[in-house]
Amino acid sequence: MSKSRDALIDPLFNNNPIALQVLGICSALAVTTKMDTALVMSVAVVFVLLFSNLFVSLLRHQIPTNIRIIVQLTIIASLVIVVDQVLKAYLFEISKQLSVFVGLIITNCIIMGRAEAYAMQNPPSMSVIDGIGNGLGYGVILAGTAVLRELFGSGSLFGAQVFALASEGGWYIPNGLMVLSPGAFFIIGFFIWAIRAWKPDQIEKD
Amino acid sequence: MEQYIDLAVKAIFVENMALAFFLGMCSFLAVSKRVSTAVGLGAAVIFVLTVTVPLNNVVYNYALRPGALAWASPELADIDLSFLGFLTFIGTIAAMTQIVEMTLDRFVPKLYAALGIFLPLIAVNCAILGASLFMMERNYSLTESAVFGFGSGVGWALAIIALAGIRERLRYSNPPAGLRGLGLTFIIVGLMAIGFMAFAGVQL
Repeated sequence: MSKSRDALIDPLFNNNPIALQVLGICSALAVTTKMDTALVMSVAVVFVLLFSNLFVSLLRHQIPTNIRIIVQLTIIASLVIVVDQVLKAYLFEISKQLSVFVGLIITNCIIMGRAEAYAMQNPPSMSVIDGIGNGLGYGVILAGTAVLRELFGSGSLFGAQVFALASEGGWYIPNGLMVLSPGAFFIIGFFIWAIRAWKPDQIEKD
Repeated sequence: MEQYIDLAVKAIFVENMALAFFLGMCSFLAVSKRVSTAVGLGAAVIFVLTVTVPLNNVVYNYALRPGALAWASPELADIDLSFLGFLTFIGTIAAMTQIVEMTLDRFVPKLYAALGIFLPLIAVNCAILGASLFMMERNYSLTESAVFGFGSGVGWALAIIALAGIRERLRYSNPPAGLRGLGLTFIIVGLMAIGFMAFAGVQL
């Protein structure tokens, strides 16, 4: 039992896919200007990661090693098509805002990385747990970044105004840097610093 | 002619793949420790992008978009296969990288040895798939997509070589322990992105 708990909890902070494994950074930066896009993206990634790990793990004895990348990509791409179609049908506005980044879940290295590093060697049940854990670890960083960026960049959370903006007679002058791309890099950089200050064993030896 | 130069400059500087759209970040951060490897990866990305974007453009226009199959037979005219876009694009890219790898191995073994592990990695570089998806969203023509593919490849290569240059120097710095490595790299990339923002709004 404790082994499966470790597989679930470890990726949250001890072995976070973004902060330590350097995986899946593209989308983490691009979709975090608002809470709702970040949340939808995390759910989509958890879904794809869970099922890709499940299917890759089920097929791991059948997949010939030299074409395994293409097989994995096909599985992942099919799952992403499902996600994309569902988003277009039920959450059209958000799917427009996410634009190409839904499709880019295919090349999100977290998913390939976990399929290759974990699901190819482990039984389906553990792989599913590993998929959920890594998806959540990704979601934690995404949500944290999005809270900061939306709150300080446009004074709102989930689109609801929290700080009254100066342009509308309030007191808060939004920090434009937060919504632009450099803001995302700075915030994730500081996140990594914070995590490593908390868990010093993650500090890189030169 | 002017519009193509315009498009290329826009893809290289204003809409830089790495610094404005965050594409190809994984290898961007992982392979930028030394300038020499960054140059190799950059060259491979330019090459694959220049080939795959126009190729995907052909596939999209003649097989996937609504009504694209009309050339085969009129009954197929109202078929819309665009939902298969992701699968076909990634298939084309994976196949192309494989072909490029084999061709280089056979005819230019020196370059092949220099690029080494990076060639197969390119299949999962999101900058490649991203460029094809942008091409689809923005409805580029065949020539436009070739120019766009080349331009975004050059932009990406420029960014990774610049970052590698900075990181080589960083080895002599003395940052706080928790910031060493990845954390500091993120902040440097942020500063570079601010620099590249100076190009925004450039009128040509």
